[in-house]
Amino acid sequence: MERNQLRRKLANMRQSLFEQGYLDEQFTQLEELQDDANPNFVEEVVTLFYRDSARTIQNIEQALEKNPLDFAQLDSYMHQFKGSCSSIGAVKVKSESTQFRNYCKEGNAEGCRRTFHQLKKEYAALKKKLELYFQYARQAGPDETACRPK
Amino acid sequence: MTVEELRGNSEGGDRNYDNFPVGMRVLAVDDDPICLKLLDGLLRKCQYHVTTTSQARAALKMLRENKDRFDLVISDVHMPDMDGFKLLELVGLEMDLPVIMLSANSDPKLVMKGVTHGACDYLVKPVRIEELRNIWQHVIRRKKFDTNKQGKSTYEDKALQGHGDVCQGHQNTGTTDQNGKLNKKRKDEEDESEDTGNDHEDPATQKKPRVVWSIELHRKFVAAVNQLGIEKAVPKRILDLMNVEGLTRENVASHLQKYRLYLKRISSVATQQANMVAALGGKDAAYMRMSTLDGFGDFRTLTGSGRLSNPAFASYTQGGMLGRLNSPAGINLRNLASPTVVHPSHAQTLNNSTGTLGKLHPAVSPASQTASVFQGVPSSLELDQLQQNKSAMHIGDFNPMDDSRIFGAPSAFTDARALAINSNSNLTGVPNNSLMLQGNSQQILAGGGFVDQSSFPSESFNRDVGVSSKFVDHGRTNENWQSAVQLSKFPSNALAPNDSFSQGQLPLSNVRDNNSSARPHQQNSPLGFSSTATTAAPLEDSRGEIQCQEGLVSSSVQNLSQASAQRWGVSKQSYSLNSNNSFSTLNPQASPPLSQSMGQTGITDRRMDMCLTDQSGVGISSFLQHSQVENPTTGSRTRSGEDYMLEQIRPQGGFVPNSYDSLDDLMSAIKREPNGSMFDGDMGFDAYQFGSCI
Repeated sequence: MERNQLRRKLANMRQSLFEQGYLDEQFTQLEELQDDANPNFVEEVVTLFYRDSARTIQNIEQALEKNPLDFAQLDSYMHQFKGSCSSIGAVKVKSESTQFRNYCKEGNAEGCRRTFHQLKKEYAALKKKLELYFQYARQAGPDETACRPK
Repeated sequence: MTVEELRGNSEGGDRNYDNFPVGMRVLAVDDDPICLKLLDGLLRKCQYHVTTTSQARAALKMLRENKDRFDLVISDVHMPDMDGFKLLELVGLEMDLPVIMLSANSDPKLVMKGVTHGACDYLVKPVRIEELRNIWQHVIRRKKFDTNKQGKSTYEDKALQGHGDVCQGHQNTGTTDQNGKLNKKRKDEEDESEDTGNDHEDPATQKKPRVVWSIELHRKFVAAVNQLGIEKAVPKRILDLMNVEGLTRENVASHLQKYRLYLKRISSVATQQANMVAALGGKDAAYMRMSTLDGFGDFRTLTGSGRLSNPAFASYTQGGMLGRLNSPAGINLRNLASPTVVHPSHAQTLNNSTGTLGKLHPAVSPASQTASVFQGVPSSLELDQLQQNKSAMHIGDFNPMDDSRIFGAPSAFTDARALAINSNSNLTGVPNNSLMLQGNSQQILAGGGFVDQSSFPSESFNRDVGVSSKFVDHGRTNENWQSAVQLSKFPSNALAPNDSFSQGQLPLSNVRDNNSSARPHQQNSPLGFSSTATTAAPLEDSRGEIQCQEGLVSSSVQNLSQASAQRWGVSKQSYSLNSNNSFSTLNPQASPPLSQSMGQTGITDRRMDMCLTDQSGVGISSFLQHSQVENPTTGSRTRSGEDYMLEQIRPQGGFVPNSYDSLDDLMSAIKREPNGSMFDGDMGFDAYQFGSCI
């Protein structure tokens, strides 16, 4: 049925996200926190992430336009961003942010910019995938879809 | 989530913990909304009651409004409005709640910082639910140990943090047993003083692991107390300022109590006798140490004439002692720390003076040097009282010695310093002694700061010897406070005092001769002094002797030796022990016997003290040395050298021991004046009834 199909599709999507390294077990933790009391927990958190981190991304962008670069400030922003990423389990984005911080420590402006560019790409890619995922999840049904298959 | 439970539990601090940890009230603070939300979810999953906020200030406000509203706080490290560590400190200080730090950064340095600031735990983001499931243990632990305090906390803390002076001290001393003993002693000694800080302690009853108040620790303690102001120094704040892992409020509270006693003693002793006593007794030791620190040179000189010869030593001690004393005392000599601080300067002066110890006069010269030091110190210290007393006493007494100098310094100690000063004064004229003595009794121990003093150049100490006697008396402080005071009186004789110590203070007398032999008084003191604070450890050299006072000295001496007033508490006790023991033997001339006996007693006491303070280790070592050195009279202040080392090293433990050595010297010196008039002779101390002291 459609529902089952949806669910299967959802499961596959989810699986691929993990396999491709977009998400890690932290995401699973989020899923585990979802229950009757918090039916949309995961989606809420992810949404919050994108909303909040958008601001950070913007800050970083602005900071990167300065000359010379304030690496301490950049590092600080990225530290915050990294914390958020790891909270939802966004692996790829997180590794980019780690790289970015390394460049900051080295004072490598070019490296920072390059990495940041990469980071934004990953960030956007994950966002799209998750949006789709949640869309399916909503369609497939609140409880089963959102949670990990038991 | 069991909201009902939570609500029901929120009624008061005493929640219904039947289902604990269910319903534990957690306050989560994190500026990152994602993390906060995640935390919220995780904590709720654990069935805790969660309150979240992204503002640290808001969190503080909530906490302050109702201290019983939460059981645990989880806070992020990186926050825009307030540093997480700062929040941690404040919460720990004001509310004494367990705080868990959270950060995306797992840098060990940060983790360490968290630990040193008092965090119960440090979690790295992203946080896993498994980690959160166990956080309730921190609440239980704190509650449990809150009452037990002292010993336990240390253990616990150790477990938690596995770090901290306390633990170390503890281990060092390895004297859990002793601690226990010390505890008891402490209890006895603290009878008089109300335990201000120990609200909940159940002191002597519980056999908690003892916190060893090492010099370092004591110094921090004194610094904290000074910073807060003796009036306002409450354990919690002190604890917070000290920022030592594994140290509980109870520990601090009891230590504070002791310190206060010590200060009281110092001030009372301030009257010359105290000084003398300081020099004499162990207690004095503490203070002698203090003063001796400065005067240590004196003190030492007193005790070990040989030592005196080390002006440098004296100065060293002084400086060192002062430094030590100063540090702790500088801040708040209040507890002892101050005294100790005082001493250093004093010690120096003493040392300076010790040169002449013989009469204190000459010795004073070194003291003069220190005097300046002390003088500076006094101000910082609460010595005022003492100073005034002492300075008057000492300076006048010492005459030759730059009494003024000595006094200057001692005065600084006034409180504890009195002790130290006494010791210092001994040298100079025993003004220190008085100072020391006064403070000695209690303070002298406090003189833990003295302990450092012990390092005082025995030389200066010698002068102080008279003083040391004071200290020593102090040592006896508990008992001999009076005597200590008397001793302090000696200090005027400073050198003489030692002699006058005759009791135990003989070392002082020796000192006189030696100036460097200031030890004598130390010795004497140790014997009798150890009785109390004098633990200030016979000014290093005399410490051993002073330790005679074991009780006194121990306290003072140890303190001195320990320099870390920590010994102060401990020393006192031990000192009393020591002093008591040793003292009796000391008297006669006992310096040697004293030392021996003291050594024994002192040592044991010291040990106890040592255990107590860990720091006293120094004292003890010195003490031991002293005992060994026992060759009393030999002006061999050389012992002082040893003691000195010991003292220096161990101000804490060795507190007393030092006195012994010096005791010998003192004894000899004192012998000259058979009855406590030791000081009279030179120091002009009131022949502090040494015997009485003892």
